Amino acid sequence: MATPQTGQARTPNPQATRKSRRLREIAAGYVFIGPMLLGVIVFTLVPLIMLFVFSLTDWSFLTGYDKLHLSGFGNFARLLRDPEFGESLLHNLIMLLAVPIGMAAALLLAVLISERAYGSSFFKVIFFMPQISSIAAVAFVWQVLFHPSYGPVNGFLSAVGVHEPPKWLADPQYALPSVMLLMIWIDLGVSLIIYIAGMKNIPRDLYEAADIDGASARVKFFRITFPLLTPTSFFLLITGLIANFKSFAIIKVLTDGGPAHSTSVIVYDIYQQGFVNLKTGYASAMSVVLFVIILAITILQWAGQRKWVHQG
Amino acid sequence: MKTQAAGRRALPFSRLLATLALVLFGIVFLLPFVWMLSASLKPEVDVFNYPVEWIPKHWQVIENYKKVWNGKANFPLYYWNSIKVSVLTTLLSVVVSAMAAYGFTKVRFPGRNALFLVVLATYMIPVEATLVPLFVIYRSIGLYDTHTGLVLLGGFSVLGTFLLRQFFAGISDEYIESAQIDGAGHFSIFGRILLPLVKPAIATYAILRFIWTWNDYQSPFIFLSDKALYTIQLGMNAFADRNGQFYSLVMAASVSAIVPLLVVFIVGQKQVIEGISLGGVKG
Repeated sequence: MATPQTGQARTPNPQATRKSRRLREIAAGYVFIGPMLLGVIVFTLVPLIMLFVFSLTDWSFLTGYDKLHLSGFGNFARLLRDPEFGESLLHNLIMLLAVPIGMAAALLLAVLISERAYGSSFFKVIFFMPQISSIAAVAFVWQVLFHPSYGPVNGFLSAVGVHEPPKWLADPQYALPSVMLLMIWIDLGVSLIIYIAGMKNIPRDLYEAADIDGASARVKFFRITFPLLTPTSFFLLITGLIANFKSFAIIKVLTDGGPAHSTSVIVYDIYQQGFVNLKTGYASAMSVVLFVIILAITILQWAGQRKWVHQG
Repeated sequence: MKTQAAGRRALPFSRLLATLALVLFGIVFLLPFVWMLSASLKPEVDVFNYPVEWIPKHWQVIENYKKVWNGKANFPLYYWNSIKVSVLTTLLSVVVSAMAAYGFTKVRFPGRNALFLVVLATYMIPVEATLVPLFVIYRSIGLYDTHTGLVLLGGFSVLGTFLLRQFFAGISDEYIESAQIDGAGHFSIFGRILLPLVKPAIATYAILRFIWTWNDYQSPFIFLSDKALYTIQLGMNAFADRNGQFYSLVMAASVSAIVPLLVVFIVGQKQVIEGISLGGVKG
């Protein structure tokens, strides 16, 4: 930690001192933010620009840079006609349902944990467990639990008299809902903790006033807790929607997009085209679509915040 | 929290009832983990017995874990790789983020706010959208299939800058001004005054970053191909491909992958929960 300023106190001219101090301040500023700025440029901005360029080519990176020619919007026209990409987009949209369902469960638990039960920190740890467990590990566990013939889930269902239990991850009809269930299970702990933090910010005197008026627990929830938690809910909704569109690891490990393409998602298609089929241009066009969707959700957030969010 | 709950004056009986309901739900919620642990302790033939033997009738602990740790999949190497990548990523990320947070709050220079907006904006660009060009870049500058590439990718994440910036902004400028009058430069102010003051915030971010890096599946999956470089997440996958028929072994491998993180989480529980609720952040 050398200090470049040593000895400055001896400089006689005060104006020169002020000027050099200002220069040193500017230099220091750039030194401090420099590494982050460089990282942002190299790992985010340059790739983003390259993404747009690639999306206008039918390039494959294997052929070398000299084969890279702009060829217009052909990739995007092809995407519109690509039934597999359409399916993946649809799966992403269906998966969005997991967000509000998970939020409702988290809110219910948050109310119970923070206001009606003993041992709140214990429960926070319990419900956070899936989040700190690697996706590869929990995916294997669920694959076995959901196993059509030996799995404990179907063992239980048969035992209680269900004759033909679903084949879960192996059944195209049930695979996507099974994935969604898993997503809710994994993310419950995070939403729960954020809800509990949001509830701490609600002024206590509102509840006391409601108590004086003899309000029931239900009235207090719907008139105080729920409305004052709108910023939290809104935040969870937006981040949840974005995270849903970005999901990949869970699909890759759990189902590999199958069975019969029934759980493929956008990022899975990007992976297939870009890293397996090595179609850099086509995969880039898919990535541009993903980027635009997430940008749209983000803009929705900026626009919606003022309208919908209760500012307590 | 407890004082707040007491302030609501919920009846002890209804509180007990709610706690009981939560315990029951919590048990169901954790059943997959219990099943995983129990399967990892028994011989393969007992894994699918129904009704489930939650406490194994026959134990086969040492053999199972020995096969995982001493087998062909080279688990100790995956472990070492994960530790190496997670520790280095965490260190780099903390240093880069703390420096940027200091620069954006405590140094005055032209263009500061504009640059901060740029950094803020890039936070909204999803990594998943730039994976393809990043892959091309990594292939052409020799970062593909290296741990360095992974560390750089995680180490320059913007999130830490946001988290730490809030804490740095909360520290009075008077500290800096008085240190400057004493002749201290920005580096010594940063290292000797600011960093010690924000230690808890740094710890919070470091623990979160460590957990995320350890659990990351996507980046190693895309940017590594050499099995000798695999992190534990890819190693688990490779192990399951090889031993897919032996569920007791796959579960022993899963337990092995989760335990170190469980320890980190239990030790740093307060920081993790604080960090999550403060920034409302996620991997």
